[in-house]
Amino acid sequence: MINAVGRELPEKIGDYIVKPYAGAKETIDAEKTVASRRKPSKRAVNGTKLMPDLKEAIKKTGLRDGMTISFHHCFREGDYIIGLVLSAIKELGIKGLRFAPSAVVNIKNPSIVDFVKDGTINRIQASGIRGELGDAVVEGLELAEPVILRPHGARPHTIETGDLSIDVAFIGASAADDFGNCTGQVGPNACGSLGYSFIDATCAENVVVITDNLVPYPCVPISISQMYVDYVVKVDQIGDSAKIGAGAARRTKNPRDLLIAQRAADVMAASRLFKDGYSFQTGAGAISIACTDFLAEHTEKAGIVASYALGGMTANIVEMHKKGLVNTLLCSQSFDAVAARAIVENPNIIEIDNSMYANMFNKSCALDKLNFGVLGALEIDVDFNINILTGSNGEMMSGIGGGPDVADGADISIVTLPIVRGRIPSVVDRVFTCCTPGSSVAVVVTEAGIALNPKHKSYEMLKEDLQKAGIKTVSIEELLKIAYSLTGVPKPIETTDKITCIVEYRDGTVIDVIREIKRD
Amino acid sequence: MEIKQAAMVGTLESSDIQISISPNPSKGISIELQSVVKAQFGDAIVATMTEVLESFGIKDAIVNAVDRGALEWIIRARMQSACCKATGTRFDWKGEDK
Repeated sequence: MINAVGRELPEKIGDYIVKPYAGAKETIDAEKTVASRRKPSKRAVNGTKLMPDLKEAIKKTGLRDGMTISFHHCFREGDYIIGLVLSAIKELGIKGLRFAPSAVVNIKNPSIVDFVKDGTINRIQASGIRGELGDAVVEGLELAEPVILRPHGARPHTIETGDLSIDVAFIGASAADDFGNCTGQVGPNACGSLGYSFIDATCAENVVVITDNLVPYPCVPISISQMYVDYVVKVDQIGDSAKIGAGAARRTKNPRDLLIAQRAADVMAASRLFKDGYSFQTGAGAISIACTDFLAEHTEKAGIVASYALGGMTANIVEMHKKGLVNTLLCSQSFDAVAARAIVENPNIIEIDNSMYANMFNKSCALDKLNFGVLGALEIDVDFNINILTGSNGEMMSGIGGGPDVADGADISIVTLPIVRGRIPSVVDRVFTCCTPGSSVAVVVTEAGIALNPKHKSYEMLKEDLQKAGIKTVSIEELLKIAYSLTGVPKPIETTDKITCIVEYRDGTVIDVIREIKRD
Repeated sequence: MEIKQAAMVGTLESSDIQISISPNPSKGISIELQSVVKAQFGDAIVATMTEVLESFGIKDAIVNAVDRGALEWIIRARMQSACCKATGTRFDWKGEDK
């Protein structure tokens, strides 16, 4: 069958029944009650939930072959928790687990591929599987079922429907007490918001908090409450401090990226929605960070104040807040050390549940009110469909993240990307993997021109506003022509019939699949 | 034209290509290409290099190229430079106007 973005899909992939993406949804009424595996039970024995080590805690949870385990990726590439837990599980001889973290970032030591090869893990679900694991998967790494990739907003929904049912959630925290109250905001390895973990804490059958910083009761602040936590384990180190709390990213000096960032900010400033109380999400890529700075300049010049910034926070968004250019920061994730520590110091910088941020099946989510969303992409095609997952050789380059959620939620979604990277065109005929439907993309900004999507709900408004501001636009076909005139027309990537990954949209339907790359 | 000496041009920087040419004792043209964009542009890169070899009238050569995503004009220019060095000739700038 063919879904609403023209992707050919099978009816079933193993036991997975494919619900094809059918287009945007306005309202949803689910039939089922929210599913949680949490049981009313008392865990504190002799006034503590502290276990002597990870293995003891894992044994207590009753983890068995074939069960599902989860993690958050708030420690990013500095994470030691996943490696420590998987090593302990392997030593206990437990096999065939479903591994369902919020995302897999590039963790090399120990390698997650090795845990797949030795049978500890045989199924994977995440928002992305960047790095060694992703490359191995597209090259045909043996798993019991294809990897399921889904945006940040879809994960909490899938957990709440019971489709992703978590037996044991392992939650790393930079500070915790012996009853399991914990946070990521303080301690030597502070990572900031634990936004991805709230859903695991409230819905998993067992919750194990792991920290290297056991504090006297009660831990302050309390991000995740003791009422959800079964066991607490203290380890020597939860991660590599330098990689968890990397300093603020320096602003790019690349003139091309700066030009794109400036133009994206100009597009926002030209919009009639850019007025006192506007809201935005910019993100953490090089172009995004520079774009935040240009947006701050525009805001200051206009003498207005934004109501809120949303999603992943960076040092320069915190700076905007301190300058009084944005009232409130709703942090589902903290991208650097400055943003990580800013939450405890500022009452209007708030840690939020990732589900409140992006889950469209909530009574409402914060994205529903967002004016401007700036997104990065690897490829965009003439239908404005976005690929953020696979590179020019079909390799796994990134995770889906919250991009599809932001594009759909924001009034004006802005895709920023250079028109070519090396010899790889970024504007193409048809993206290799569709992650975000073009219908949710308002405008694409490149160094070679700005193109509006005539099929987007904000098209007429934006067209008029840009004309008034004297900002020129071109068609997406024009951008494609420029890109191909520089690079030549790329040969399509050849694949086998084997499906390695299923790509879900924010509503849980299948927007695309990734097939195994054919190599000579 | 004949290859008089082995020659190497270009760098391994991103968006560049490093090309080495040497005589081929067993005759004919042999092109070995490593490229970060081989899947999509491998054939196009070999075609560009072959075209330049033909324009120099080179019939016997071993060509080794390591491409880091160079655009076609860069590949062409690097290849022309490699051919000049290897054949000990100067580039015919007048030919550009034809």
